[in-house]
Amino acid sequence: MRTSFIAKYPSVLVFLLALASFTIIVTILSEGFGIGVISTSFIKTLGKTLCLCLIAVAMDLVWGFAGILSLGHFAFFGLGGYMIGMWLMYERTRLIVTEALMQGQIPPTGSEVIDSIGSQIFGVVGSNEFPLIWTFADSLGLQLLLVVLVPGILALVFGWLAFRSRVTGVYLSILTQAMTLALALYLFQNDSGLRGNNGLSGLQNLPGVEAPQSIVSMWFFLASAMALGLGYSLAAWIVSGKFGSVLRGIRDNETRVRFLGYSVEGFKLAIFTLTACIAAIAGALYYPQAGIINPAEIVPIASIYLAVWVAIGGRGRLYGAVIGAGFVSLISTWFTGGKAPDIPLGFYTIKWVDWWLVLLGLSFVGVTLFAPKGIGGLFDLMKKRRARHEHTS
Amino acid sequence: MSTLLEVSGVSVSFDGFKAINNLSFQIADSELRAVIGPNGAGKTTFMDIVTGKTRPDEGRVIWGERSVSLLRMNEAQIAREGIGRKFQKPTVFEDQTVRENFLMALKKDRGVLSVLLFRPSKADHEQVDALAEEVGLLAELDRLAGELSHGQKQWLEIGMLLAQEPRLLLVDEPAAGMTPEEREHTSELLVQAAKTRAVVVVEHDMEFVRRLGCKVTVLHEGAVLAEGSLDHVTSNSDVIDVYLGR
Ligand SMILES: Nc1ncnc2c1ncn2[C@@H]1O[C@H](COP(=O)(O)OP(=O)(O)OP(=O)(O)O)[C@@H](O)[C@H]1O
Ligand SMILES: [Mg+2]
Repeated sequence: MRTSFIAKYPSVLVFLLALASFTIIVTILSEGFGIGVISTSFIKTLGKTLCLCLIAVAMDLVWGFAGILSLGHFAFFGLGGYMIGMWLMYERTRLIVTEALMQGQIPPTGSEVIDSIGSQIFGVVGSNEFPLIWTFADSLGLQLLLVVLVPGILALVFGWLAFRSRVTGVYLSILTQAMTLALALYLFQNDSGLRGNNGLSGLQNLPGVEAPQSIVSMWFFLASAMALGLGYSLAAWIVSGKFGSVLRGIRDNETRVRFLGYSVEGFKLAIFTLTACIAAIAGALYYPQAGIINPAEIVPIASIYLAVWVAIGGRGRLYGAVIGAGFVSLISTWFTGGKAPDIPLGFYTIKWVDWWLVLLGLSFVGVTLFAPKGIGGLFDLMKKRRARHEHTS
Repeated sequence: MSTLLEVSGVSVSFDGFKAINNLSFQIADSELRAVIGPNGAGKTTFMDIVTGKTRPDEGRVIWGERSVSLLRMNEAQIAREGIGRKFQKPTVFEDQTVRENFLMALKKDRGVLSVLLFRPSKADHEQVDALAEEVGLLAELDRLAGELSHGQKQWLEIGMLLAQEPRLLLVDEPAAGMTPEEREHTSELLVQAAKTRAVVVVEHDMEFVRRLGCKVTVLHEGAVLAEGSLDHVTSNSDVIDVYLGR
């Protein structure tokens, strides 16, 4: 029986159709391109959610399929955001600064412009010089390359060290968490070169683009949808063949895979690095929609949330990750956005902004205990029931 | 017949306990050999050493015509050299279909990139069918391995070993937990396999060993106690002492 990958993973087609319909409906309802039912800020929320779905797909590849519970993928996501943020901030400041200097009698010299940009960007951290890591910030092409290269190389080096010494399970999770924490702490410092806890801001403004936010937000929304579609298809293609078999083999019995002659370390490193790059691309699309990135985004808890989304959605089934991330992050925006009505109990008022986390924690515990396959597991039940139905009738 | 594997003067101890004690062992190309011995004799540990899972404290493990040392290789490299192993407890990938299990085991380039780009050809599927037929799992190809019976899992694992096309097969207690009919099928499989490659079988069941009809090595306290035909070793007084207790 030879099956093409679409036939083996019909969920890909279903998913792409669903994503396309969703995108079209949102576009029609949007302010920028349609009849204006959905506000621009909600378009941004939806676009950001699509990016979170994409990193969840990456997390599912590395955790759900290969069994590596990485608590560091949000660090790669954040780094991707920083890399694109550097260009956005540099270029926009340059345009503003040049225009301001042009008002003067004498046209500004190149070094005057650079100095002025430097003090604009780094004034908040008491500096006006460009750190070395901003060397390529004036080139969109190079910064885009760095979006993938910086997190990719970090993942490659970290993964090589960790997998080579056969660190697995909880120890590996702790190690990835330590890496994330170290990176966040480093970025919090004012002399890290990335503006310490101020982070990079104003990222929603595309330099040199006159279009209003209602239009720009639609561009990013559509780009995020496209990235999710591509990322999902790539992930499904990867796991549909022997590579997927080996990954699941590593998850279930690493030793056995080794005795089959596969170098387990190489496969882990490959999937870890690849998913880090996917996470970075998701981050590079996310932060221009969020408008700001700072080190608080990278702290380990973010990566733990990511694991929770994937677990709630259902591991090892790709669409589960999308459902989990989409569902939980949208609900979380609702609860923490102050839109959920508080519940007065007389002696105490339940404020969802505070209690949402408790609810999330409880659902996570609930899912782990009673539905280890997550929401995606419901599809299995439905399929089984239908099969049984066909059997009996 | 030339020597395929030569283990000489190997010792290994766990926390001061000598599990393997100056063990020497040889096997030739396409030889079938049974290894017997009481519980804790070191049979599994011996396989661990040959397959790179356990590093011996001393001794040499020499492989093939080029006489390379296996002690310098890791598990995956040793497997690629052509040594296949079946574990005492059946270990197949339960979450995957029987076909996927076979495809993973087929002798192909194991590199990350070639695995990523690999798509089974018609010939590959035919080979899987032939293997499945041989171990009696043709009808089960699209079932999950986890749904198979205990005996079927053992066969799947043997089939996967054959798919690797190894030059040496190490089989740890293949008939454990099998019904008499299943045992018979298993012994036939192993005898058949040994026609084209070397096979080492660890087994407790004497009836099973007799059916293999091959040279027998008796291990005791990590060393070879006796070697020869089954009748020869079972009449050896040391062996009788060890098995019946003094
Ligand atoms: N990793 C280990 N750490 C400590 N002791 C070990 C280890 N592996 C094996 N041993 C000990 O070495 C001895 C030999 O074990 P081994 O598993 O090789 O025996 P065996 O001949 O396969 O026995 P059985 O017939 O029960 O399978 C046993 O006493 C066992 O407890
Ligand atoms: Mg044993």
